[in-house]
Amino acid sequence: MSMFPHTFLFGKIKPKRARKSLIGDSVFKNLTAIFALSVLVLALAIFYELYSRSQLSINEFGLDFLTGVEWDPVDQIFGALPFIYGTVTSSIIALIIAVPISLGIATYLSELAPKRLRSPLSFMVELLAAVPSVVYGLWGLFVMVPWIRDVLQPFLESTLGFLPFFQGPKFGIGMLSGGVILAIMIIPTISAVSREVMLAVPDTQREAAFALGATRWETIKTAVLRYAATGIFGAIMLGLGRALGETMAVIMVIGNRPQISLSFFEPAYTMSGVIASEYIEATQDLYLSSLIEIGLLLFIVTLMMNIIARLLVWRTMRKFRGAKE
Amino acid sequence: MIDRASLYDMKIEDLQPLEEAGVVEKEKIRIRGLNVWFSKKQVLQDLNFGIMNNSITAIMGPSGCGKTTFIRALNRMNDLIDTCRTKGEVLLDGVNIYGNGVDVFELRKRVGMVFQKPNPFPKSIFENVAFGLRVHNMANGQRLKEEVEQALREAVLWDEVKDRLNESALRLSGGQQQRLCIARALAVKPEVILFDEPCSALDPTATAKVEDLIRRLGENYTVVIVTHNMQQAARVSDMTAFLYLGKLVEYGSTRDIFTNPRNELTEKYITGRFG
Repeated sequence: MSMFPHTFLFGKIKPKRARKSLIGDSVFKNLTAIFALSVLVLALAIFYELYSRSQLSINEFGLDFLTGVEWDPVDQIFGALPFIYGTVTSSIIALIIAVPISLGIATYLSELAPKRLRSPLSFMVELLAAVPSVVYGLWGLFVMVPWIRDVLQPFLESTLGFLPFFQGPKFGIGMLSGGVILAIMIIPTISAVSREVMLAVPDTQREAAFALGATRWETIKTAVLRYAATGIFGAIMLGLGRALGETMAVIMVIGNRPQISLSFFEPAYTMSGVIASEYIEATQDLYLSSLIEIGLLLFIVTLMMNIIARLLVWRTMRKFRGAKE
Repeated sequence: MIDRASLYDMKIEDLQPLEEAGVVEKEKIRIRGLNVWFSKKQVLQDLNFGIMNNSITAIMGPSGCGKTTFIRALNRMNDLIDTCRTKGEVLLDGVNIYGNGVDVFELRKRVGMVFQKPNPFPKSIFENVAFGLRVHNMANGQRLKEEVEQALREAVLWDEVKDRLNESALRLSGGQQQRLCIARALAVKPEVILFDEPCSALDPTATAKVEDLIRRLGENYTVVIVTHNMQQAARVSDMTAFLYLGKLVEYGSTRDIFTNPRNELTEKYITGRFG
């Protein structure tokens, strides 16, 4: 018998308890690993399914699918370029409008607004992100489109009409409306995330600038926006992701005509838009397969955007945070 | 010359002629009836004393005694806190910095500040030092480069960073970052430099370097340093003020305070019986 009865007594229990918790640990670890892996499996499965189901159209059109401007279900000729153009251009218009406004909102909410106003205003902004897109579309169609037709388009034509983007018939419905509605929809996302990022900037940064005699604007520019740049960039990418994939609201205001026109007043069509509005009538195999290939392209475009964004963030991080982090 | 500390009860109006005649040391800052509140809590109570020109004044006291609030009253950094209210006067070269028509941005250029934790901007080393010069339109082109170099030399950092001025400041070590922050403050040619516990985040070697630097700066600048480290106050400063619960307990030459404190509280504090 041991000199210390408690070691003798607990000696037998201890390993058992340890083993039990070890088993629990490993079960927990493997279970969470499976959950995490399932995301990857799902993404790969979606990719595989899109790829295999678009074989018909890939074999038929090859790379011409990417450059083809014809979309003719009757003659069975399908080209995706008008949709790629519509998606990318409407998203770029949306970013051009939304980024400055969102940064203004985020700056006001995190730096300038009186304390009492900050929480309610921020809450309102976040609330906007939760409005269903079909509601935005409805509002866009009945309120925004007439306004764009009667006010914005004549104004743009008279001021910037020398550019090819702002010429042509003024329907209201078209690329411009698609871009504006997207901008309105991504402003809450970009401003809410940017605000969070700016709030995370340590006060010592602001103090450093103020203590050198910088004004509020110089402080925000140097200490806050610069410090938060990578995070703000991430917020913009999040907004872009939403703009690229947004379907319903855009369908309702963009006109849905597969064409490539420099004029933003002309109707256009987006990738997600064509899938959503035509899959039900795509009865022929090649038609359906072409729609699925557009889905595949949208998947790839979104993925590429995210990879590029990550790389950019990673590069700036490395440059400014030093090698340690 | 008469030791200024022995005259600290005298009115500034009476002292100014003596200063000009060179009979007493010149005072850079005079604090008169300074009270500071955060919301309803009074943090500083009726402070009255003067800070000598081109000397190092240490503000010492236990945590929560109002040291940091005091030093931040000298360049009006407390203005940034919504709940803060200040009463009384702080005269810089005889002009009240809380008076009407004072340009607070100009004031902060004259009264530089270095913080507890090194806080360089996430920019290059060069741009960090150039920031203040750019903000105040003080130099550009070749002049800017020269001014940056001079500030870095003054902060004894130039030799360590001269080949990597375009690297991110965040790659520097903690001690180097703090000296960079000092260079950044020096670049705009301040008259007064405030140090708010500048070594509390540094290791002993880096601390020694920064302390050396502060001692050297005391020859050309009016330095005010807040510290809870008594040895540091004893090592670097010419004058020491001891604050306790928002009140000035004792103020005098550092030697007197540490060898022959007049107040019982001061004695207890420096002998380590509380704090």
